Amino acid sequence: MIIEAEKAIILSMWGKISTQADAIGTQALERLFASYPQTKTYFPHFDLRPGSAHLRTHGAKVAAALGDAVKSIDNIAGALSKLSEMHAYVLRVDPVNFKLLSHCLLVTVASHFPADFTADAHTAWDKFLSIVSCVLTEKYR
Amino acid sequence: MGFLSAEEKGLVNGLWGKVNVDEVGGEALGRLLVVYPWTQRFFQSFGDLSSADAIMSNSKVKAHGKKVLNSFSDGLKNIDDLKGAFAKLSELHCDKLHVDPENFRLLGNVLVCVLAHHFGHDFNPQVQAAFQKVVAGVANALAHKYH
Repeated sequence: MIIEAEKAIILSMWGKISTQADAIGTQALERLFASYPQTKTYFPHFDLRPGSAHLRTHGAKVAAALGDAVKSIDNIAGALSKLSEMHAYVLRVDPVNFKLLSHCLLVTVASHFPADFTADAHTAWDKFLSIVSCVLTEKYR
Repeated sequence: MGFLSAEEKGLVNGLWGKVNVDEVGGEALGRLLVVYPWTQRFFQSFGDLSSADAIMSNSKVKAHGKKVLNSFSDGLKNIDDLKGAFAKLSELHCDKLHVDPENFRLLGNVLVCVLAHHFGHDFNPQVQAAFQKVVAGVANALAHKYH
């Protein structure tokens, strides 16, 4: 459960993150594919080389979805309902991979926003990303 | 090829040379206790762990973090035989400390976040990937003697 103080941290950091959202989303994916090459198996149809148009487009999509979750932080399940269905019925990404992408998103945010990534902010983002991950896998079965 | 390629060893050693091991140790252990508060179960004698500020400034946390990361740093010198390097510590964590090995994975990932925080863009995807291999290797080595 995210407490009010943590929501405030996320909202305020999102203000800064959103100005570079596409780059953050893209870099998180680059980190995912570099550290966890098995995750590339979900993208046989993409050019996953760093800097590719596919990566940038997909990174932007991931960032936009996170933005939607932040804007509806009190109803993430509602905001991501369609995306949740897509992951359950179409994409069927194994649940373990959400932890891997969440970690890479954390690392990307930490490296871009050193002044803001305090221990409390680290906790808030880790909790928020776990909730997003839960929402995206909750219709799996 | 050993555990890491020559290039990966270069990336790891290149970054590690710039790390203040004592400070980063305290930071990593502190963040473990803040972000994953259930890990505090191993540190009931450490005094005030009641808030992020209390934890991050706690002198026992800093001292222990320093110890842990110095040990990790020694392990890096034996990167091609992590299981050998951490055999005794593995037995200790199983038989005396009773630590679930999942905690080694958690601490490894927190350490990666701390390195990203400190080094910013220098901690690029390739450097991160090399470090993820290292922290996974150390976690496996520490779990290796469990029975």
